[in-house]
Amino acid sequence: MNTFRTVLFTTLFLALSFIGFATDKEPSKDDAPFDPKAMILHHVKDAHEFHLWDWKGSPVSLSLPIIVWTDNGLTSFSSSEFHHDDEGQTIVEANGGRFVKLHEKIYQLDSGATAVAYDAEHHPTNANKPLDFSITRNVFMMWVSVALLLFIFLTTARSYKNSKDGVPTGIAGFMEPLIIFVRDEIGKPMIGEHKYKRYMPYLLTIFFFIWINNIFGLIPILNGANLSGNIAFTFTLAVFTFIITTFSGNKNYWKHIFWMPGVPVPMKLFLMPIEIIGMFVKPISLMIRLFANITAGHVIILALMSLIFVFKSVAIAPVSVAFSLFITVIEIIVTAIQAYIFTILSALYFGMATEEEH
Amino acid sequence: MTITGIAAIGAGLAAIGAGVGIGKIGGSAMDAMARQPEMHGKIQSSALILAAFVEAVALFGVVVAFLQG
Repeated sequence: MNTFRTVLFTTLFLALSFIGFATDKEPSKDDAPFDPKAMILHHVKDAHEFHLWDWKGSPVSLSLPIIVWTDNGLTSFSSSEFHHDDEGQTIVEANGGRFVKLHEKIYQLDSGATAVAYDAEHHPTNANKPLDFSITRNVFMMWVSVALLLFIFLTTARSYKNSKDGVPTGIAGFMEPLIIFVRDEIGKPMIGEHKYKRYMPYLLTIFFFIWINNIFGLIPILNGANLSGNIAFTFTLAVFTFIITTFSGNKNYWKHIFWMPGVPVPMKLFLMPIEIIGMFVKPISLMIRLFANITAGHVIILALMSLIFVFKSVAIAPVSVAFSLFITVIEIIVTAIQAYIFTILSALYFGMATEEEH
Repeated sequence: MTITGIAAIGAGLAAIGAGVGIGKIGGSAMDAMARQPEMHGKIQSSALILAAFVEAVALFGVVVAFLQG
């Protein structure tokens, strides 16, 4: 029975995903040539709405609120007022300001301007960007994942609190091996038996947060809210790792950076700038690795699907679907591996920062 | 040749480099695991970390190519 249910849900899930993929690809104008690069970039970037599918030529979407800070204070309106216009044609008036949406960026028109004027590089000349606090689809998915993680881990914690003999029940039975894995395979060997406990909350948080967002990015009906493939997201996580590493660095760590022990003085002087650069390169490589891996995965799947529309032939479809299914399965493994790599490298840096002299 | 073509060649070269690197890591990890099956877990996790380092360099190449192409 259980196997049957698993198979059923897997099939439904996959069917759903390919409906989502296939209907998205259709170019809006039938005579316009299909541009795979524009389509892929549109899917990988953040957006102000969840575009679900096209129905009889008009898009069906979930609109998200736009919140901007202007001279008149906080202004908010629904992104549906733009009527899916992303070329700066539709002007929305709100709170004394006039706004257009151009390539998923909100611009405020200067007073007196009635239409957007562009310079040679297609940048608007008579509009500027206000401070944008909009609930974009990435922000929305982040909140969903935070709510889900809170639910999972509060339930887990409550299960341990209520059980008399410490035996996990329900969802805790599923989470316990994962938490133990992070502790025994990541925390203990990388940081050391005595100090790992301080860092466990952070390591567990980033591991599960990255993992769940990687998985959300693979659900195509959500239009691939590509949160962990967003460089701002990975940048923030990398900055956390950098701050924790820097503040937990002991005397030994700083000595290795500024005055490497055990090498002659010219070598010490030579190594100092390299070590200082290395301090910053480590979080930067964390940032780029997660961003590029997840984005590359999305780009490959979308590129395979756009082959059908590039060749304008149904005969390509089986090949495309088979290959993108194959890549999707690999991506499911990559979601876990990238969360693991980010966490284990963070733990490695914490371990280096707190290592005692030997 | 257009800049897009050159960018694609660059991405391909980055992929070749990463392929050689990950191949060597995987091969050596296999050898080590065959010699010492009891170290299987440790070797596997170090191999994964090293593969991530190599792959990151290839992805830098891909990102640059994507920005240029």
